[in-house]
Amino acid sequence: MIVEATGLHKAFGSTKVLEGVDLHVAEGTVFALLGPNGAGKTTTIRILTTLLRPDLGSVRVAGHDVVREATKVRGVISLTGQSVAVDDQQTGWENLVMIGRLMHLGRPAARRRATDLLERFDLVDAMNRRVKTYSGGMRRRLDLAMSLVSQPKVIFLDEPTTGLDPSSRTTMWDAIKDLVSSGTTIVLTTQYLEEADRLADRIVLINGGKVAASGTTDELKSQVGGDRLDLRFAAETDVAHAAALFDAPRGTDPLVLGIPSDGSAEHLHRVLDDLRIAGVPVVKVSSHRPTLDDVFLSLTTTDRTPARV
Amino acid sequence: MTTIAVHGGARNAVSDSLTMIGRSIRLSRRNVDTLIMSIVLPLLMMSLFVYVFGGAIDTGTQYINYVVPGIILLCTGYGAASTAMSVADDMTSSMIDRLRSLPIRSSAVLTGHVAASVVRNLLSTTIVIGAAIAMGFRPNATVTDWMLAAGLLLLYVLALSWLAAGLGVIAKSVESASTLSFLMLFLPYLSSAFVPTHTMPSFLHAVSENQPITPVIETVRSLLTGTSIGNTGWIALAWCAGLLTGSFILAAWLFRRRTNG
Ligand SMILES: Nc1ncnc2c1ncn2[C@@H]1O[C@H](COP(=O)(O)OP(=O)(O)OP(=O)(O)O)[C@@H](O)[C@H]1O
Ligand SMILES: [Mg+2]
Repeated sequence: MIVEATGLHKAFGSTKVLEGVDLHVAEGTVFALLGPNGAGKTTTIRILTTLLRPDLGSVRVAGHDVVREATKVRGVISLTGQSVAVDDQQTGWENLVMIGRLMHLGRPAARRRATDLLERFDLVDAMNRRVKTYSGGMRRRLDLAMSLVSQPKVIFLDEPTTGLDPSSRTTMWDAIKDLVSSGTTIVLTTQYLEEADRLADRIVLINGGKVAASGTTDELKSQVGGDRLDLRFAAETDVAHAAALFDAPRGTDPLVLGIPSDGSAEHLHRVLDDLRIAGVPVVKVSSHRPTLDDVFLSLTTTDRTPARV
Repeated sequence: MTTIAVHGGARNAVSDSLTMIGRSIRLSRRNVDTLIMSIVLPLLMMSLFVYVFGGAIDTGTQYINYVVPGIILLCTGYGAASTAMSVADDMTSSMIDRLRSLPIRSSAVLTGHVAASVVRNLLSTTIVIGAAIAMGFRPNATVTDWMLAAGLLLLYVLALSWLAAGLGVIAKSVESASTLSFLMLFLPYLSSAFVPTHTMPSFLHAVSENQPITPVIETVRSLLTGTSIGNTGWIALAWCAGLLTGSFILAAWLFRRRTNG
């Protein structure tokens, strides 16, 4: 495990933010931290990146303790925080070379690296302009580029794609995939569940200061239930009939019946055959796979709306 | 994957500081307000004191010969206030998180600001002296005197800049940094900068005789006008060295405290 956090507690005054969070991130994987606003994602990232001390608990990154060996940890990680961290009064080029120098690359190496990154993040045309003239998306791309200067072992990204347009987001996702294929470990937080779904090998959902769920995306999805067939009928009597036939509970929509499914064509055939034999006409059939949104909502909303129809 | 020398001792510490100094100097060169202030303010103060107040103040010599060191220190105070503000600006921006997550000695951030402060002060001091000579200032100093004066001023500027950096670290915002720096702007008026201290009421006289600015000004004035210094030079040196040590330690400590949430 390249990142091992155990029993993290953190309070700000009387606000208890983390109350015993454990995280384990395997080397070379993408790890996503999800949670509603204010759940403590940024706080967790700040602790993992040596910026904040936990009140209780311990963290090791690449074998180094984040409190006692902060400098060693800083040598192998990089952070892209939730808000963009660039110098507005320096140019993109100056920002990148500065970080290269601070990571102790020689001057020529720092320049080469800056050139590569400007190309990769499509900032070559703007490299000699001061960052204050950049658009929001350009600033975010530069911010990310600055985090990649040192080719760190573990990259922490706090909501890296918030505010990016779809094409910049894709660029970003590609960059993340490239990094992972070269062996880098990624720890990210995101509000876009699709992003976690696409990128993450493991997901941890925090809520109320604790880990509410963790696992692969598939594991989390199966936690809120498997695939489902939604059958729409023309009359309520048909719905009642079908409900009796499949022994399925009726949902909120009086004309729709949801029945558990394994998602196979075989099962769909059998259901339609049964209905035909019983003489119950179906208007429409749709199949529904649970998404991470379902997981997120069912685990974070307190007054739960039924996840299943 | 490139391997990076992370904990590479003194050489890295020097190179980190140089990088951060480069950054701060670039930033302050591009901060037009501060830059204009460090050029215009000295000119304004020179004219104000020489042409407006000067005629009414009797110092026993040409007033311009008397007042130059005072104006240099007054400008240093303003320079320090802008240093405190730029440190506070950094501390409240997210850039500080990025810098802190790098494997550098975090005091390099402050070192950068202090060095930029020294450079800005060098600029305004040069302007003060240039303007003074244009207005009739006739120093009577040897090369050694100039160098001694410059050395003492450098020490004073360094001390004040570290103090300002410390204030910038504890300030919760750029505005409060500027408020906290008020004292540094005010102290020169309670010294022998503009009027001889014996003209002040006895309470103020005691204050002005026992604060660092008076001996520094007296020493620089004597060096530039070629009069005897006595032990004022040592007192000034002691003040500056003490102030520098104290404010350096304080700033570094405050920085560590503020950044170790
Ligand atoms: N320095 C601080 N002082 C006081 N309270 C803080 C501080 N930092 C965070 N908090 C509080 O801790 C809680 C968690 O904040 P955090 O930023 O970690 O949430 P988050 O999960 O990142 O939220 P978001 O999705 O909105 O970014 C919030 O209630 C926040 O107000
Ligand atoms: Mg956050």
